[in-house]
Amino acid sequence: MTSPMTPPVTPPVTPRLDPVAPAPSRVPAALRRADPAVATAFGCIVALLLLGSLYSTSFLSPDYLLQQLQVGSFLALVATGLMVVVLLGQIDLSVPWIVTVGGMMSTAAAGHGAVGTALAIPFGVLCGIGFGLVNGFGVAYLRVPSMIFTLGVDAVAQGLMVLKTGGSAPQDMATPLMRDLATGRALGPVPNAVWVWVAVGAATLFLLGRTTFGRAVYAIGNREGAAYLSGVRTRRVTLVAFAISGGLSALAGALLAGYSGKAYQGMGDGYLLPAIAAVVLGGTSILGGRGSYLGTTAGVILITLLQSILSVVQMPDAGRQVIYGTVILAMLLLYGRGNKVGG
Amino acid sequence: MSDWRFHLRDAKGTLSAAAVFVLLFALYTLNHPAGFSANVVQTAANKGVLLAFVAVGQTFVVLTAGIDLSVGAIFILANCLASVLVTGTPAHVALGLAAVLAAGLACGLANGALVVYGRLQPIVATIASGAIYFGLALWLRPEPGGDVDSTLADALTGQLAGGLPASVLVLAAVLLLVWVPFRRSLLGRAVYAVGSAEASAYLSGLPIRRARLLAYALAGLFSALGGLMLAFFTYSGEASATNASTYTLDSIAAIVIGGVSLFGGAGSAVGAVFGALIFRTINDLLFVFDLDPLWQPLFLGLVLLGAVSLGSLRLLRLKNRLELFGS
Repeated sequence: MTSPMTPPVTPPVTPRLDPVAPAPSRVPAALRRADPAVATAFGCIVALLLLGSLYSTSFLSPDYLLQQLQVGSFLALVATGLMVVVLLGQIDLSVPWIVTVGGMMSTAAAGHGAVGTALAIPFGVLCGIGFGLVNGFGVAYLRVPSMIFTLGVDAVAQGLMVLKTGGSAPQDMATPLMRDLATGRALGPVPNAVWVWVAVGAATLFLLGRTTFGRAVYAIGNREGAAYLSGVRTRRVTLVAFAISGGLSALAGALLAGYSGKAYQGMGDGYLLPAIAAVVLGGTSILGGRGSYLGTTAGVILITLLQSILSVVQMPDAGRQVIYGTVILAMLLLYGRGNKVGG
Repeated sequence: MSDWRFHLRDAKGTLSAAAVFVLLFALYTLNHPAGFSANVVQTAANKGVLLAFVAVGQTFVVLTAGIDLSVGAIFILANCLASVLVTGTPAHVALGLAAVLAAGLACGLANGALVVYGRLQPIVATIASGAIYFGLALWLRPEPGGDVDSTLADALTGQLAGGLPASVLVLAAVLLLVWVPFRRSLLGRAVYAVGSAEASAYLSGLPIRRARLLAYALAGLFSALGGLMLAFFTYSGEASATNASTYTLDSIAAIVIGGVSLFGGAGSAVGAVFGALIFRTINDLLFVFDLDPLWQPLFLGLVLLGAVSLGSLRLLRLKNRLELFGS
């Protein structure tokens, strides 16, 4: 057997185009390029599924898996937006109430006749983008740390929603389109919500990998000063990234309203921490500049499966929290560790 | 620059927080139907002290340029633990007190170990550990309840001679016992140094790992103290997820108002205390001014957003746009 040090046995037939000859290896190129974090996340998914199948064989049935993807698609939308912001080295803590804004504003729009019903989802998403722009303005232009500014925006969003639902009782039932998107299965056995996830995921992959905006996001995450000196309009990119996060959170809210039939206060409460966990478990550095969308997808599936298995085995809430936290810590210790401080 | 001006600049955040608090509290008591009375002060103090303890805990960690998102969970865990342990004979009560504080310290140390030895980012590590602590609290108290020793509770939450609220005295005593020695010790200075320039602190031979561990441990201890006080106010324990997240978030807001820099290395526990008191007084002001309850959350949010945006006034003084981006 060849050791890693021996040169390739067969000389290359065609001259290679890349200037740096790749190290000889028997590992397929796709695997070699894979991020160890992403690989570990997918490994953990398989392990969770096997563990679940020991409990019940239905864990491996396509029906169960598709249902998990459907439930996970709401988290996926939130995590996608959050990932773009985390890649900048920022964080968006306004997720809970922007999700609620998305749900409540889209259902409220549906109360205004046929036009309102048709524009329900776009209107909800637009409101989310509005809050995202406020976030982006505070972080990019006012230079307030995102952790505290988005917290403030979350509080303001909560205040506005309390004011809106308290003063009057707005329409809170989901439109048929929202229900269809969240629960229907128009194309084959795959739920519509999963198609929404696929569409948003494809757009994000394109945005992050194939556009100047995407490269700028990574550059800012690595060093904003350097990106600025290279001619990137860093503040505008940050503004847009927060707007994306706000819009996707609101979209998740609108779909969530469709899933449960109506919008209600606190519907986004359970989404912030799982979304952060999904992004980080997917190998995105919380300091920014590093991470792949594939990883975030893996993180979302991982979190969704973990939550599902814990509820299937009827673990009481207390134990669920402890296991949830322990698993996240264990996985972080496995591959999420930073560099040693001080050399 | 002469010495006193240097110290004045250092304490600017703390002093302005204190001034704003005095102003707001005067406004509050002047408009309160009962006026400036011992009972009004006691109620306000009891509400403020809870957040103050958690905020001081958060301060230690933020001084190292970290963040502890598990303070609320430790606060609730201590509250539930106290409702189980701080009862019975005086010896039991004393043992229970020690156990609650030790548990808080242990939770904080665990956070510190995750950050220092596990090399995890504080924000994600404490989110995950916070879930564990909250799970333990829920396991201790699936339903609200418990029976905290009422003699001790009344003594620590009542009024002393002259109408001074006892809870404020407890807070002051703890600060005097912990904060003052901390600020004067080598480790305390190292905490500040780690927050302002970690690499320099390391190269200067400061014990940066022990400093970080200490900061997280003290955060756990102070959050537990807050939870203990909550048990004394309510005589019971409740594993409330809402309270846990509210106290975590409010503690961050309180320290920012109190002049502690989220970038680390600047601020003081005294400032954090005043920040917490300001945050609670704003709430009370809305009440005495009879603002429609529906408007209150929005108003609080706007105040918070405005307060954190005040820091951006420094942008007007920048000479070079590159300074916007940190290093």
